Amino acid sequence: MTVAAAIRERDVSQLPGKRDEDWRWTDLRGLIRQAPEPSAVIDPGSLGSGPFDALAEDVIVVANGRGAAHIGVEPGETKVVALRVVSRGDGAHAARVSIDVETGGRLVLLETYEGDAGGYLGQVGLLISVAENAAIERVVLASDGAEGVTVSEALVELSPGAAFAQTVLTSGARRQRLQTTVRHPGGHAALRLDGVYLLADKRHADLTTVVTHAALHGATEQLTKGVVRDQARGVFQGRIVVAEGADHTDARMGHHALILSDRAEVDAKPELEIYADDVSCAHGNTVGALDDEALFYARQRGIPEPEARAMLTEAFIGEVVDRIVHEPAREIARAWAAEQLRA
Amino acid sequence: MLSVSNLHATVDEKEILKGLSLEVPAGEVHAIMGPNGAGKSTLSYVLTGRSGYEVTAGSATLDGEDLLALEPNERAAKGVFLSFQYPLEIPGVPALTFIRTALNAQRKARGEAEITAPEFLKLARQKAGELKIDFEMLKRALNVGFSGGEKKRMEILQMAMLSPRFLILDETDSGLDIDALRIVADGVNALRSPDRGMLVITHYQRLLDYIKPDRVHVLSAGRIVASGGPELALELEREGYDKYARAAA
Repeated sequence: MTVAAAIRERDVSQLPGKRDEDWRWTDLRGLIRQAPEPSAVIDPGSLGSGPFDALAEDVIVVANGRGAAHIGVEPGETKVVALRVVSRGDGAHAARVSIDVETGGRLVLLETYEGDAGGYLGQVGLLISVAENAAIERVVLASDGAEGVTVSEALVELSPGAAFAQTVLTSGARRQRLQTTVRHPGGHAALRLDGVYLLADKRHADLTTVVTHAALHGATEQLTKGVVRDQARGVFQGRIVVAEGADHTDARMGHHALILSDRAEVDAKPELEIYADDVSCAHGNTVGALDDEALFYARQRGIPEPEARAMLTEAFIGEVVDRIVHEPAREIARAWAAEQLRA
Repeated sequence: MLSVSNLHATVDEKEILKGLSLEVPAGEVHAIMGPNGAGKSTLSYVLTGRSGYEVTAGSATLDGEDLLALEPNERAAKGVFLSFQYPLEIPGVPALTFIRTALNAQRKARGEAEITAPEFLKLARQKAGELKIDFEMLKRALNVGFSGGEKKRMEILQMAMLSPRFLILDETDSGLDIDALRIVADGVNALRSPDRGMLVITHYQRLLDYIKPDRVHVLSAGRIVASGGPELALELEREGYDKYARAAA
């Protein structure tokens, strides 16, 4: 039962829904009652450029589920690649992308989800493998349309000594799930999974991560922050499993959200499942409003309320954005976040 | 300059200010002294427009302009500056960014051109030097991890850079050691001028050794119950507030 199979087989009964524990806040079966037609074929040449094109050596476009399906980085090679996942019009599409970074290779993956006003249902599955001493920094900007439904499912296989760092930023969609599952082998492999959701109107975003630490000496660091207003809904599910024998695991998870209206909602489920004895694991979760005292302080200095709110919320999100290592991508992400917050 | 007449204000429906009247002419420094709970901080918040402080009667004007009708940021643009008793920490916003945003917002509200980046940095370096603030500190998030004395100096720095017309100092001496107090007082005194007014709110006389007031008012139970020259502050230091607390009751 997967979203990809539901789309390929045009069988809505395979969509996950609220009775599936991991999907209870992102109910697709209740939303999509009829199998959509397959999406139209679109000409990638008609799409214009993407937010990260200028930073990348290669730009790979997957448009309505069609396009190149493999990104490879050879041993010792360093690459910056833009991956654009584009959805246009109504209809359903699914795609697979595999990404392999070989020993000692370095990849900066700048991934975007770009939707239009259509009522599409798009799914993409990414199989990411990071070999020994290889590294990936993945930065995702998800700019879906208000009527779109997007599911992105990344499966990351880390090798000992590898590093995988990601920052997912999203403005949500009609319904949207951005999921990352990591098989962590320990062995001093390093993992950072960060997220930012900035949601307005009736938009929905679900950032779900599952990390399984299988053996000794693994590190995981997670920081997700969200800002929701109007009737938007943010979902954060973070699970870290430390298997028996995966001692000396160091895992930290933080999720912090600002709710800026009475009708907005945040659902959060941080989970640590620990079956090893000698580990260092911590999680923190806060949901609240903007600090009235800080707001008054800024206004007393002459900053009008909307600008003061924007400044404080940008600063709140800034802590996550600052952790993006690739500087030009970081500044594009920062500008994108500011634009969402000031819209 | 500042004219407060028969001001009544409530917090959570409890009346704190009960008919407060006060005139601070341009060029003068007035001190407000009073026991804890007299309404000193309430007065500073009512004058600056903090939400939760409701004015039920009376008026407050600056050069004839009704302050109470304005938003907090509009009052700031008119030149009202409050140095907070407990300055807020603003995570993620460097002090320089915060001050420049405030300065440009005020300029914009007054129909003036924005300050250019080089002009701003020059001004910041100069004022920071005068207040013995390490310029590197201005690149850090405003007040985050700063000591009490550093926060107060940062208030005076903002004051010096925003160049307000009317200054309200709320317990600016609290948390300061004697060296910091001297630096802060020097910074405030440098802003004394014939077209500026100041209201210095304090519990203790100590600050007034460094910032010499023209007039001293005693605030007790929500009203000014006595006014006099600087000698009144010395009398309060000697004899305490008891007499005035009884007078107010």
